[in-house]
Amino acid sequence: MSTRATGWRNLLPNLLLLIAIVVMLFPFVWMIMMSLKTQVQNTAAVPLWFFTPTWENYRNVIERNNFLQFTKNSMIVALSATLIGMVLGLPAAYAIARFKQRGLSLWILISRIIPYITFLLPLFLVFTKLNLIGSYTALIISHLIITLPLIVWITIAFFEDIPTDLEEAALVDGSSRVGAFVRIILPLVAPGIVTAGILAMIFSWNQFLFSLILGGPNTKTVPVAVFNFLSYGSQDYGAIAAAAVLITLPIILLSLTVQKYIVKGLTAGGVKG
Amino acid sequence: MTSAPTRTRGQPRPGGSFSSWLDRNIRWVFPLPALAALFALTILPLLFNLILSTQDRSVSDALPSRSVGLGNFVQAFQDPRFWNATKLMFEFTLIAVPLQMLLGLGLALLLNRHMRAQGLVRAAVLLPMISTPVAVGLIWALMMDPNLGVLNYFLQTLGLGRSLWLADPRLVIPALALVDIWQWTPLVALILLAGLQTMPDDPFEAARIDGASSWQAFRYITWPLLQPALFAALTIRLIDALKTFDIIEVMTQGGPGNASETLNVYAYHTGFEFLRVGYTASLLTLLLVIVAVVAIGVNLLRRQA
Repeated sequence: MSTRATGWRNLLPNLLLLIAIVVMLFPFVWMIMMSLKTQVQNTAAVPLWFFTPTWENYRNVIERNNFLQFTKNSMIVALSATLIGMVLGLPAAYAIARFKQRGLSLWILISRIIPYITFLLPLFLVFTKLNLIGSYTALIISHLIITLPLIVWITIAFFEDIPTDLEEAALVDGSSRVGAFVRIILPLVAPGIVTAGILAMIFSWNQFLFSLILGGPNTKTVPVAVFNFLSYGSQDYGAIAAAAVLITLPIILLSLTVQKYIVKGLTAGGVKG
Repeated sequence: MTSAPTRTRGQPRPGGSFSSWLDRNIRWVFPLPALAALFALTILPLLFNLILSTQDRSVSDALPSRSVGLGNFVQAFQDPRFWNATKLMFEFTLIAVPLQMLLGLGLALLLNRHMRAQGLVRAAVLLPMISTPVAVGLIWALMMDPNLGVLNYFLQTLGLGRSLWLADPRLVIPALALVDIWQWTPLVALILLAGLQTMPDDPFEAARIDGASSWQAFRYITWPLLQPALFAALTIRLIDALKTFDIIEVMTQGGPGNASETLNVYAYHTGFEFLRVGYTASLLTLLLVIVAVVAIGVNLLRRQA
C-alpha cells in the first residue's frame, strides 16, 4: 500500500524498527553469550561484552545431564504426536474444506479456550489407573491435544485454496475419492502439510505441562529436564543458558526452513502452547 | 446440504461395494477419526473435570471420594487465595494485552513497508513466539536477577537505580507481563500485518488524491478496515494471557509468597502438589467460565463495531 519512499522520510520508521528488533533479539544474544562464559565471567559485577568463548557449559549440560536422552524423548513424542495428528487430521481438514462442514471448529475452539491443565487432571487420573504414567504413550496421547487441532486448523486454509477441477477430473477418470485425495490433493497441499507439521512439532516440543506431569524419569522431555535442573537450585548460570540455547536451537532451525509459510500457519491457527 | 456435483457426473467405478460406499459417505468417514479422537481427548476430560469438581477426592484411591455438590465452589468463593489468584490473573492480563496490542500495531505498521532484508526482519520477529516457554522463562529470570541481571545493569547505566524484579511482590506481575509482552507482541504484529496486506489500494489512492494526511488515512481507512484483525488478535491474546502458566511457573512458581500466583498456577499447585483433585477441578471450572465469558464478551464487542 505504501510507495517506495527513500531517504529522510524513512529514517524514523527504520530507526524504530531497528530498536524493536534489537529488543526482540537481545535475550537470544545474551543467552548465547552467557552460555559461552565461565561462571566467574557470568557473575562479574559489570557484564562482560568481550571474552574468550568456552564450550565448557555445553559439555557439562550434554555429558552430565543426559541431555541427549531427553532430546531423543522430545523427538519421539513430537514426531509421533505430529504423524498421528496428520493421519487423523488431514482427511478431516479436507472434508471440512470441501464439504463446508464447520462442525469440527467447535472442538478447535474448545481446545483453544480451555486451559490445558483442565484436560490434564482427568487424563492424569485415567493414565494412573491404566498404569501409563511415565510412558511414551501417555505423552503422545496428551500431545495430540496440541497437534491435532493445530494441524486441522492450518491445513483447512490450504485445502480451500485447491481448485476442485483437478480432483473432479480424476473422479471422472474412474479414481475413487480416497485415491484422488491421496494421489492428487495431498501432493498439492504439501506446503501446507509441511507448515502444519513443523508448527505442530514446535508446539509439542515446547509443551511443558503435559510432559511435566505425565512423563517419567525415562521419558522426560527437554523442557521438563531443564526445569528440574533449574529447580534443584542450580546457580550455574552458564549451564542454564547453554541448556536454554540447546532447547531453542532445533526449533529455530525448523522454523527457518518453512519461514515463507509459517506466518500464514501461525496466524491461521494462532495457537500457543 | 447438496451432494458434491462430481458424483452425478462420474461413471460407475470399478472396485468393491466398500469403495463405492466410502465414496458416497466420505464427507462423514473422513472427519470421523479426528472427531472421535478430539471427543476422547477434550470433551470427555472436560465432562470428567466437571464431575470431579463436585467431589471431595484425592489422587489416591485409598481415600474414598464423596460427592459434595457445589461445596467446592462455595469453598472457592470463601478462599482468599482464590480471590487473590483471580485478581492477579486479571492484573497480568490487563498489563500485558493492551501494551501488546499497541506495540503490535506499531510494529505491524513498521513492517508493512517495502524494505530490504524483509525475510531477515520477519525471522527476527518470529523468534520470540516460537521459543520454548521454559527457555524464555529461564533466560528472562537470569536477566532479571537482582544482583547480576543485565537489566539492572542497564537501569543503573541509565541512572534509574536497581530493581528487585521478580523478588518484589509489587513488581513481580508487571515483570512477568513484560516477558509476555516480549514474547507475544510479534504474534499481534503478524496478525495485523496479514490484515494490512489484504487491504485494497483504491481507498488509499483516493485519499491521497484528495490530499488526506497520513494520519487521516490511518484514522479513516486503515483503522476501520483493520477491525477484524484487531479483534482476532485481541481474542487470542486475552484468552492466552488469562491462561498463562509456563512462564510464571518457571520464573517464580507463584512467588514471592503468593504475589504471582495466578488462577492457573494456583490450580496447578492444589492439584499436583497438594493433590486435592476435587477442589482443583472446581478452580479450573471457574477459570474456564471466566475465560469463556471474556471470549464471548470480545465477540459481542466485535459484532457491535
